[in-house]
Amino acid sequence: MTYDLVVVGGGPAGVAGALTAALAGLRVALVDSGLRLGGQYFRHTQDAGQHPGHAPALDRFLRQAGALGTRAEVLLRHQVWSVSREPDGDLLVHCATRAAAVTGTAVAGAAVIGGAPTGALGERAVVLRTRRLLIATGAHDRPLPFPGWDLPGVLTAGGAQALLKGGGVPAGRRIVVSGTGPFLLPVATGLAEAGVRVLGVYEANGGLGLARHPLLALGKAGEAAGYAAALARHRVPYRTRQAVVAAHGEHEVEAVTVARLDKDWNVLSTRVVECDAVAVGYGFVPQVELGTQLGCATRPDVDGSPVLRVDATLRTTVPGVWAAGEPVGVGGWRLAELEGRLAGRAVVADARPTLVTSTTRTTRTSTATPPPGDTAVVPGVFARRHQRWRAFGEALQRAYPVQPGWQGWLRDDTLVCRCEEVPLARLREARSLGATDARSVKLLARPGMGWCQGRVCGYAVSCLAGEPQPQPPRRPIAQPVTLGALASLATPEPTADADATADATAGAAPGEPHDDHPAH
Amino acid sequence: MSFHITVDGRPVPVTPGQTIGAALHAAGVRAWRTTRFGGRPRGLFCGIGVCFDCLISVNGRPPERACLLEAQPGDEVTTA
Repeated sequence: MTYDLVVVGGGPAGVAGALTAALAGLRVALVDSGLRLGGQYFRHTQDAGQHPGHAPALDRFLRQAGALGTRAEVLLRHQVWSVSREPDGDLLVHCATRAAAVTGTAVAGAAVIGGAPTGALGERAVVLRTRRLLIATGAHDRPLPFPGWDLPGVLTAGGAQALLKGGGVPAGRRIVVSGTGPFLLPVATGLAEAGVRVLGVYEANGGLGLARHPLLALGKAGEAAGYAAALARHRVPYRTRQAVVAAHGEHEVEAVTVARLDKDWNVLSTRVVECDAVAVGYGFVPQVELGTQLGCATRPDVDGSPVLRVDATLRTTVPGVWAAGEPVGVGGWRLAELEGRLAGRAVVADARPTLVTSTTRTTRTSTATPPPGDTAVVPGVFARRHQRWRAFGEALQRAYPVQPGWQGWLRDDTLVCRCEEVPLARLREARSLGATDARSVKLLARPGMGWCQGRVCGYAVSCLAGEPQPQPPRRPIAQPVTLGALASLATPEPTADADATADATAGAAPGEPHDDHPAH
Repeated sequence: MSFHITVDGRPVPVTPGQTIGAALHAAGVRAWRTTRFGGRPRGLFCGIGVCFDCLISVNGRPPERACLLEAQPGDEVTTA
């Protein structure tokens, strides 16, 4: 069977896009690597998911996620490692999962067009065939290396946030928050409200302090004031032009060096702060691999990060592929959700002729299929809001750039690549051998060749190699996948049984269109 | 209700829905493997499945990311 839309990513953008398309009657699947929908911003504990009554935004997201679950296939704990194009134009979304395949459930029946379980313990491959793809893969933290940053207890700001929001566990008892950007504020307030001691928030940029925080200037007075009040209530100092420039400890972090910085982030003076955890983040790296795999054009974001180029309807430069949220430019969850909706509308507009044609073949879904019409894909009110929020996201990025002085925080033996344990000295050696870009440095010194494939150190290596801005990723495989999962792909193409299961699934889901490719 | 997993034979409590990584952190276990070359301790870093620092072996399986893996009753975790 063929989906009308497969969405990769179950955060605000992905859920909004999937739900918009599913409500219009499209056959939709959403794939996410996490245990629960939510992405980073709406990450929540299992208990919170079962007992709403939290922040209104989270409750609203949970209602949308619940609605999506009844109208689309939601495949959690599935990692997409590649998307390929079939000769007929369809896209194949290749996933690896250790989630149990339960025959007869929506997930198992609809999902598996190739691949088979390799037993409860192994990873297996799942392949989804789709007409259209929505890339809503979000972003991950952009860390900067510093001496001791690989000590246990030093987490990315997003990692500390994920541990708290998803597991209910604060990263430590005495925590230092450092880096740059507005994201440090919710991380610090979340930890303080969880009852642990936040010793300080050290913002490397700005000389303005919370009272003149850019969130205020950009009309987010309520949000900024909320964080300011929370930090004040918990007596958490917010210090600008300061940052953690080293972490110390034998087996875990025991203390950090906090430096006062000049505007280029050169160290002016230092002091040692004892702590048992550090949450550190210098902005975000949009996850664009699936797009670049498919040949989608990129553009440099305000901070130079490669992001996918899209038009006003969030369509990438590759037919049938849309993108929403951070992969098209870092801007936060509200913008991501709006873009998800807009992309969903665009997908529906693109799919409608197909649905109308299929409705003539069977009337089963005629009531669920909107009538054809010359609908404006993006109404003016949405387009204006989109432009305003996108401008807001860009303004925030401009207010919190990464300044080059951080390179002076490193010592020769400071690991830049954590996976391959490559210290700064080996990067310098590669440069002295003539490497002038990240790729050449990687070939000579191996930074970025390990498990994370340069996601963690990529930005730093690009800067240290002397590149003006990071290059788009060229990873043919977006996630590590086991040979066992690949071997499980070697099973025959869909069998009659698999089709029967898929049809039964489609029939069981309310409001689903019929399969417009019932046979192969 | 909460249950237990064992970490090197020692019981560690888990709140349903927690990852292995979150349960270990809550129990004060913040490093569970060492690096290949320098033997440096590693635990959670990115917390969202990106960095692979938190690889851990559960029930004798090949290493998986502790930050993505939901703890199940009776899981036996081995640290390096």
